[in-house]
Amino acid sequence: MKPASFEYHAPDSVEEALGLLTEHGWDAKALAGGQSLIPAMNFRLARPAVLVDLNLIDELAFIRRNENGGGDGGPGPGGVRIGAMTRQRAVEKSELVAELAPLLTEMMPHIAHPQIRNRGTFGGSAVHADPASEIPAALLALDASCRVRGVEGERWVRAEEFFLGLFGTSLEPDELLIEIALPGPRELTGCAFREISRRQGDYALAGLAIRLTLDVKGRIQEARLAYLGVGGAPALAASAAAVLIGEKPTATVVEDAARTAAGELEPMEDMHASAAYRSRLVEILTREALATAAERASGSG
Amino acid sequence: MSSRYFGARIRRNEDEALLTGRATFVDDVQLPGTLHAAFVRSDLAHGLLRGVDAAAALERPGVMGVFTAADLGEYWQPGPLLVPPAPIEGLTFHARTQVPLAREKVRHVGEPIAVVVAESRYVAEDAVEDVIVDLEPLEAVADVRAALAEGAPVIHEDLGSNLAAHAVQTKGDYDAARATADLVLGRDFTYDRGVSAAMENRGVLAQWDERSAQLTVWDTTQAPIPIRNGLASMLGLSESQVRVVAPFIGGGFGPKIMMFYPDEVLLPWISMRLDRPVKWIEDRFENFFSTTQERGQLHEAEIALSSDGRILGVKDVFVHDTGAYDPYGLTLPINTQCTLLGPYDVPNYYSEFRVAFTNRPIVTPIRGAGRQQGVFIMERLLDLGARELGLDRAEIRRRNFLSPDAFPHDHEILFQDFAPLVYDSGDYEPALDKAIELIGYEPEGPVQSEPGGASPAEDGGEGTDGEDGEGSSRRKRLRGTGIVSYIEGTGIGPYEGARVRVEASGKVCLVTGVGTQGQGHFTSFAQIVADQLGVGVTDVRVVTGDTREFHWGTGTFASRGAVVAGNACHAAAVAVREKILRKASEILEVAEEDLMLTEGVVRVQGVPDLSIGLGELALRSNPLRGAVEPGTEPGLEATSYFGPRRGATASGVHAMVVSVDPETAMVEIERYVVVHDCGTVINPLIVEGQIHGGVAHGIGNAFYEELDCDSEGQLHNASFMDYLLPTATDVPPIRTAHIETPSPLNPLGIKGVGEAGAIPVAALFAQAVEDALKEWAPGLEVRDIPLSPNRLFALIEEARAGGGEEGA
Repeated sequence: MKPASFEYHAPDSVEEALGLLTEHGWDAKALAGGQSLIPAMNFRLARPAVLVDLNLIDELAFIRRNENGGGDGGPGPGGVRIGAMTRQRAVEKSELVAELAPLLTEMMPHIAHPQIRNRGTFGGSAVHADPASEIPAALLALDASCRVRGVEGERWVRAEEFFLGLFGTSLEPDELLIEIALPGPRELTGCAFREISRRQGDYALAGLAIRLTLDVKGRIQEARLAYLGVGGAPALAASAAAVLIGEKPTATVVEDAARTAAGELEPMEDMHASAAYRSRLVEILTREALATAAERASGSG
Repeated sequence: MSSRYFGARIRRNEDEALLTGRATFVDDVQLPGTLHAAFVRSDLAHGLLRGVDAAAALERPGVMGVFTAADLGEYWQPGPLLVPPAPIEGLTFHARTQVPLAREKVRHVGEPIAVVVAESRYVAEDAVEDVIVDLEPLEAVADVRAALAEGAPVIHEDLGSNLAAHAVQTKGDYDAARATADLVLGRDFTYDRGVSAAMENRGVLAQWDERSAQLTVWDTTQAPIPIRNGLASMLGLSESQVRVVAPFIGGGFGPKIMMFYPDEVLLPWISMRLDRPVKWIEDRFENFFSTTQERGQLHEAEIALSSDGRILGVKDVFVHDTGAYDPYGLTLPINTQCTLLGPYDVPNYYSEFRVAFTNRPIVTPIRGAGRQQGVFIMERLLDLGARELGLDRAEIRRRNFLSPDAFPHDHEILFQDFAPLVYDSGDYEPALDKAIELIGYEPEGPVQSEPGGASPAEDGGEGTDGEDGEGSSRRKRLRGTGIVSYIEGTGIGPYEGARVRVEASGKVCLVTGVGTQGQGHFTSFAQIVADQLGVGVTDVRVVTGDTREFHWGTGTFASRGAVVAGNACHAAAVAVREKILRKASEILEVAEEDLMLTEGVVRVQGVPDLSIGLGELALRSNPLRGAVEPGTEPGLEATSYFGPRRGATASGVHAMVVSVDPETAMVEIERYVVVHDCGTVINPLIVEGQIHGGVAHGIGNAFYEELDCDSEGQLHNASFMDYLLPTATDVPPIRTAHIETPSPLNPLGIKGVGEAGAIPVAALFAQAVEDALKEWAPGLEVRDIPLSPNRLFALIEEARAGGGEEGA
């Protein structure tokens, strides 16, 4: 349980970090909160030759109102921007986040334990792209955008293009995630988060983050359902969304969408849950989350 | 004797050091120049070892040595058979014990092949990767049923099969009883294995000192004295040249009584060879392979009942998984065999077991030690029998309890200590009544959901909290109650010893040979001695687990510390008390009968001015000049030993209320009650702590912990991320009550309690969950442990599908 030897750098600016990542390419790994990378290194499942520790880069830790007018090519104005090295605990406790992205406030306590959230970062979890973790699902449901920078320049990537399968993102080895922008609350829109786990703080057996927008007649205009712990990648459930669009969120419609989601996703099987069990959990959680989101969207919840 | 402390709820003497991080554990011992060991372990569960090439490892800077079986020469010996089999008639037993390093063959994943010693653990682990092992794979057999099948790969070739043992014990005539029964009910049951998961893993630090020709070994063992004796013998040293220290240990639970582990044999030898201290601290990943495990058994069991629920007989045929080796003999299957009988009058019993070698880590006792499985079988048979006969679950137990005048009760079979299984004392019905009262059990069962289970159960005390969750879709919660009984054979021999000495400060030093792993010995033993000597409980300094301090003893196992060592402490304290009174009588010129011993002072009744302090008395018992009477022993000191004739039988009843969400299959424990009889209680706080820890352990075994091992013997969840232990939020508050039937087998009347909490939990889970689901999933039976939401989901689906067909 000791890591293989590695070269260690602790730059204090993004520029210096990008220089190191460019220099070492695939041999280098950026270290954020270390809550996944360090255990993997101790098991020698990860053996980066070079570790670029981002913890001294203060400019990457912030939570602020998005006042961007679109000048940098990013979304906005409106919503909240969270720096990649912001601790998960800071996001959980932020009043700004509670105001502008309450889904995150609801979801954060489900990530492991307070000790882990004190150290783990918001961006680190996004870049790790573990299909069992909460943050990628929330970013998908909220239609977040990721600001990514390399030595050559920077780009904004929408969550759906950022996550590319199991532990995969569109980040190049010489790029860093700088910040994540989350759109603010909208009219007739409700969000909900649900997961079920064996013990408090465990990876969920199944879970989802959802954002539902109604039209003025109470029909569902947009539905973004993003699951965790179910499939091989952080992804949206398109068929379940299709069932919902244009319908009022009645019990029947909700049931139908929940069943569609259970059928559409292909849950993995492991020692903690069979595929059939996961499918049933998907159905139950989808039903519950949809009902909650619909109540919130219509202002009754 | 006053009993100021005995029986009192006293805070533990050791907790200040433990809670402030000042207690010394093995890894806290830091010696200059220490080298660190890491093991090259087998990746395969079964294979032929063709060769080991350590050349590259030896070239790595910082590596001081790499040793294989071949390097050990004559020192390479299989470990001792710790417990020879009990003299059961017709018994078959083949001892195949573990080896220090694999030679020719590997028999389980993680079996050590070579040991690397380097300047740091980091370098040692790097060098482990440099060692090239040539292993030729053999077909592995990980499953205990497959191990005994025709044509299975044979793990110890010379035996011709994987059968390690076969034994039959009987009482009465089961077949004849069966012929007269109104109901015969048979089922298959499985109980899977897990790890002990002590907070502190194992560790060894060995230091050979060339100048003094002394070997000192710090070891997380539960048995320092036998380790000392064995090492001296193996290394050709006098016992006086070897000191084994078992300092504070973060939990034992049984695997740390196993010996010798390869590391315990190798590190002292390497230290002598390199003349440097050598340390190995087991990491959590290694622990899943290199420390012993327990509980894998398959049972085919049958109960014969009369129509009024009387047990006419029980038949149980089972297979016990011993892993790759069987150093612990037959302790586990015999415990299962004996404990199955429980607190019940079972006139006819047929119990047959086979022990199988498998390509999995070695099996030795873990807290409960085979008893869980026996209790699970018996309690399940009674539950299913009661259901079939339309009897109440508590009532069927009550009708079969041994009556209070049935003791001593001879079960006519042999126990693990080779003595007949005789219960010394007990009174089971009051414990059941108390548990029923505390859990609020009603004979017809708690209020249940309506047919179909669509509406939730209600609980008067907590309102209509049958649903939870936000939104319009609320979760169902079905409530169920469980109530089970068990007994536990505790406090077996052979013996333990203690030495009590009053020092010139007036304080007392108490030394015993047993090791301590968190049981509270520094307090409970001090309480026993303090009462005899009239001193404060904090004035007794307790020393355990250091072979330099006490020469004789066996160790801490089988819930025996308080029973056996506790009574030795008592005997030594009584002897010192006698010395004190005799000496004080001489000095004060007062008859012994007129003396009192309180607050560290010997006083004369009715003469307040005439007294002498214990410190003064100790000084005068050890004069520096002058003459003493011939034959006088110096000091206020005595050494005593205690060995019980046989074990004392503790017992108890556990009850709990669960709520089950029938759709998600999640189970929540709402209330938990333990009514327990461990004879005379030394310290209720410590007893309750033991019970709480045991219940938490039992909840883990029953519902959380599971080893995900494939048919090739490869483990897929060797970390606490996927090997789930119950945490503080998963263990409910536990309400305890005590019944005391003192044991007649020791002067203090004590019975053991260390394992009790863990024993009946699986049986309790099974019953409570079935009760909760009896209408939602009619006919659902829990026959396999561990249960989990995943398993329970499958059982619910199966039962509901079956129910549907029945209804059609």
